[in-house]
Amino acid sequence: MMAQRRAFCFIVGHMSGHDHDHHHDHDHSELSETQLRVRALETVLTEKGYVDPAALDAIVEAYETRIGPRNGAAVVAKAWCDPAFKQGLLADASKAVATLGHVGRIGDHLVAVENTPKIHNMVVCTLCSCYPWEMLGLPPIWYKSAPYRSRAVKDPRGVLEDFGVSLPKDTEIRVWDSTAETRFLVLPMRPAGTDGWSEQQLAEIVTRDSMIGTGLPKLPGATS
Amino acid sequence: MDGIHDMGGMDGFGKVESEPNEPPFHETWEGRILALQRAMGYAGAWHIDHARFARERLPPQVYLTSSYYQKWALAMEMNVVERGLASREELRAGHALEPGKTLKRKLTPAVVQDGLTRGSFFRQQQAPAKFKIGDRVRTLNIHPKTHTRLPRYARGKLGMVELCHGCHMFPDSVAINLGDNPQWLYTVVFDGRELWGADADPKLKVSIDAFEPYLEPA
Repeated sequence: MMAQRRAFCFIVGHMSGHDHDHHHDHDHSELSETQLRVRALETVLTEKGYVDPAALDAIVEAYETRIGPRNGAAVVAKAWCDPAFKQGLLADASKAVATLGHVGRIGDHLVAVENTPKIHNMVVCTLCSCYPWEMLGLPPIWYKSAPYRSRAVKDPRGVLEDFGVSLPKDTEIRVWDSTAETRFLVLPMRPAGTDGWSEQQLAEIVTRDSMIGTGLPKLPGATS
Repeated sequence: MDGIHDMGGMDGFGKVESEPNEPPFHETWEGRILALQRAMGYAGAWHIDHARFARERLPPQVYLTSSYYQKWALAMEMNVVERGLASREELRAGHALEPGKTLKRKLTPAVVQDGLTRGSFFRQQQAPAKFKIGDRVRTLNIHPKTHTRLPRYARGKLGMVELCHGCHMFPDSVAINLGDNPQWLYTVVFDGRELWGADADPKLKVSIDAFEPYLEPA
């Protein structure tokens, strides 16, 4: 935490010519330090007329309550139940998802990639944090972290072990590094023992990580 | 730029640690900085490539020791100041001292969904695509000092065109204010051993999304 605070002060001082020691004279935490700077940004940008705080509130609320992995799970469950939808999803995911009113509006450039007994897909953004936000919500911290970004493209089996996932040696691992504005959604394999389940029931077992490729859907035995 | 952000293939960062039941935001200010980014993007104050290039220009020691949203805050300060939208004095004071510039539009509660839906990156093609699906290509060995989406681990490597995503605005140009400069975008897939040598997992394949200027026929 201290290293984080020092680094933040360093760059802020560096950027603004602000008296560097000033920050250390006060007895507030590293977080309130950041909070103050973000508050200053928001106030200045609001007073300049660029942003409306009520719109900011609505954005925060959307990410806290509406935009999350349930959107992606509904898409996966539908694909498991409806072969025509699945075909459309794999052909043009943006177009297919747009037909589902309850998922909401999404932008272009979504690509769905299908796991099979032969191929396991995994998604990373080594350069930053690209992620299908509209489908999965905000990326978890681990997705944006140095360990994941550095290792996913070189040692994906090791990364999967960190998640407790072990795949047969002869399964091809296909890593998609989202270096441009294309966003990838993994379509996991439907677990055995789910015949006759409704889309809603199926959506319950589709985990966020299974749609990134670092996990598998929850097995039916583990859900009750 | 060959910066610390370009992490693919680096060793030493340790295990991937997942946080059970992770909340969307750990602190209130994280939500505010995210919302500010969305609102300023909607207003046309800067583009995603400017935000990314600013984060990449943070000193490596700062990049590695700042949290994700701290990096966003620092990069936003850079963009605000560099683009003349507010001064350092104003950020220090925490108040506007001069009137603002006129931006393209403003995100209001009535149109907030528009600020949440990503814009399209498709652009009108300037020339026919040079490559088609199945073509063998080699990525260039380039080291621009500015923003690029060609990661170091995938430079000078032999791969195959697997998907064509159409013509997109070119981040390498946008980030340095040279305009959209639309380019064809492909998914190019590499064998793990092409990237990591003979000892690599023989069942590993890695793809990147590569803009046409990164590629030559092979």
